[in-house]
Amino acid sequence: MKIELRDPNILMKLSRLGSFHQSKLSFLRSFLNEFKTWEFKKDLFDLNESGYGTAVYSLRKEKRIYSLICFSNELKESERSDRVIATKWDAAFTLYDGVPSKQDIERLRSEVPKQEIGRLSYKELTLSRANKSLRAFDHVVENLSKGKQPDVNFLSKVGYLYRTTAVYGSGKFGLADRFRIKNRKEIYGPFRLEMMLVYLVRQFTFDQVNHIAKYKNPKKAINLDDKICRNLGIGNSTGLGMAPFIVNHPTLLNNWIMSREKALKKIREIKNVKKEDIKLFLSCLKKSIKNITSWNTNSEYQQKKIKDLLNDLNKFIAFFERNINFSELYLFNNIYLWSEKNLGEECIEYIVSLMIEPYDDIANSLISQMSSDEDKYFNIPTNRTVEDLRKIIEAKYSEILKIDFSKKENNQNFWFISKNKEEPRLANRFEEIGGDLEQPLAIARDIKKLYEVLDVSKNSSTIDNFLAHNNDLRHVVRRAFIAEKFPYSEIQDNIIGRSLVPIDMLRLKLSFFGAIKFDPRSDKWLRISMFQGAPLPHELKNHNDQWVYNSLN
Amino acid sequence: MKSLSEIETTSKRASKAAGYSWGISEEVGKNIRILEMFGLPGIKNLTEYYNIKKENKFEYLKFVNKENKMKTYQFCPIISGISFLDQIQSLDKLQEIKFEKLAYPLLFLPFLSRGSEIVGKRLLLKLDNNQFILNFNISIFTNFIKNEIINVTNLASVRFLENSDSFSEHEWSQLYKLSEETFVEENERLKKGAAGAGLTDND
Repeated sequence: MKIELRDPNILMKLSRLGSFHQSKLSFLRSFLNEFKTWEFKKDLFDLNESGYGTAVYSLRKEKRIYSLICFSNELKESERSDRVIATKWDAAFTLYDGVPSKQDIERLRSEVPKQEIGRLSYKELTLSRANKSLRAFDHVVENLSKGKQPDVNFLSKVGYLYRTTAVYGSGKFGLADRFRIKNRKEIYGPFRLEMMLVYLVRQFTFDQVNHIAKYKNPKKAINLDDKICRNLGIGNSTGLGMAPFIVNHPTLLNNWIMSREKALKKIREIKNVKKEDIKLFLSCLKKSIKNITSWNTNSEYQQKKIKDLLNDLNKFIAFFERNINFSELYLFNNIYLWSEKNLGEECIEYIVSLMIEPYDDIANSLISQMSSDEDKYFNIPTNRTVEDLRKIIEAKYSEILKIDFSKKENNQNFWFISKNKEEPRLANRFEEIGGDLEQPLAIARDIKKLYEVLDVSKNSSTIDNFLAHNNDLRHVVRRAFIAEKFPYSEIQDNIIGRSLVPIDMLRLKLSFFGAIKFDPRSDKWLRISMFQGAPLPHELKNHNDQWVYNSLN
Repeated sequence: MKSLSEIETTSKRASKAAGYSWGISEEVGKNIRILEMFGLPGIKNLTEYYNIKKENKFEYLKFVNKENKMKTYQFCPIISGISFLDQIQSLDKLQEIKFEKLAYPLLFLPFLSRGSEIVGKRLLLKLDNNQFILNFNISIFTNFIKNEIINVTNLASVRFLENSDSFSEHEWSQLYKLSEETFVEENERLKKGAAGAGLTDND
């Protein structure tokens, strides 16, 4: 049986994309799989009794070495902020390519804590900073110093000891450009080095609490139990800065979504599903419910989504237990079709993620296809005709063409780059200044404008001629030709309309990172947890790939 | 040292601020990255051009011809480059194209470099005494090794170099003959069995 890939006009709507969940294809999981044979070392741990100082961790295999350099500094209470406008943090980190010399560490000590206003070199690969979750951090130190393990229930409500507020890579602030390292096989998957940084930072947070507790009470202090460590991740606060990424990288977005869709298609095409595979699917599903019931958020929007997800999952389990015969043909296809008919978007996408779990062979072959050589698709094929372009737009943007941009509510917002932080922001164009400096992210509006101009242009005219008169639309001409080749490259929604929920864009990206427990703090930023439940560095070699469902929480 | 990613992003944003559309600004960002990667002074030339552009007018060449003569103002290297790149499939037939008074011609160069890749031919760019051979956007061969600004060129010419061998047939056959010394002479048995195919062509 041949299954078609899902329709981009439905799948690429923001409400659906904002319902995506982590899966076997997620970057933090594929990172752990790739690096499971690498040797982990704590190369330097020079902290004072309060936990301030320098530490270096490395992952190495044969001649390749990546080193995380950590700088932990004292921070006054009044200086601690998760907002991107902060200028100081509890700790700052960089991932160094190779083994840093003493001079490198001294150079980086004066630059890394400054973050965006510091200067890095081509030897540094990623940069980040993090703040303590004070209530969790202090609670853990206090208990360990008294010889007791911390309260697991309390910790599960937070989920981490530190949360990062940004992780930078790919040439920002002087960091190494992607081209310098792109041929290294171990980093073929997207964001591998960002994942590595976060994973190693997680270990630093455990070593730091153990260290401080030991200084506090050398006779009684104990180390944080491995089981508890395993169930702590790294938090992350993410705002709008991340949202335009998925618009600015259309071929990359396509490759992420396409890999997931190809996996789903292949799984739905399996005629005889093995008993052990369906059992693994069901086991992951049942275990994962713990992750949902321990999902804490004050956001009413997310609370409703969680409630609906739980209801739908219970409905699904009841259906499964009543109606599913393990020997029926095309079992996963039947499950999918039933889900589409009976469940909400959040649960459908949850089940799609779980369906990939039993299939290492399918997932592993797709992971290497999730990067993109974007420059290859940058040139506009100017020998094509106006008629070609018009047809592409009619075929690939049919939902977009229905939007009436003369209505105020469809044209309400504009995206801009903040002068203070050089980061993307969103504002109401009718109430704020700066609309004239709008970023080229209103793709839906500009595609519609392009379509209107094409409609009154000569069909046989070539694109070079069209552009000579319409270079103001060049950015969307380029995109339309990309969309012709890459069906999942465009969000099929209006991202400047009043009804936009920006966190849908963030959730899409974060689900591919492998984040769990999305906790929206407003419609524009959220907190998440990464690596919660993941194996510790010394357990990497033999870790269970379904670790994400084995959380104690 | 600035990364190429920073160079591309800043050049793109500066181009928008200098009055170009976002689509053209994206092209300029890519181009300055190419120039800097090849060791040519992209940032230097772009910065000065945008400074000068505030006070001076330049002519926007929308359609490229065999001979392009300025009317009142020097040609804008960016719009000339965009037009050249967009129209390159038809310009290929013209073999050689000339531009009179092209401002900041190093900013025009990366459009040609990318064009060379599109048409699959090397291009020879002459800017007065400076020469550049653009090799399919993979490399640039030049006698211009100064890290300096070229404000204007009186005459810029672009020649499409036909794909042909750079050596004689005699030189090739000498080298080929030498390479044959790595081959094994096949006897009858090897002829029959060493290729791995069946004994008949259609079994």
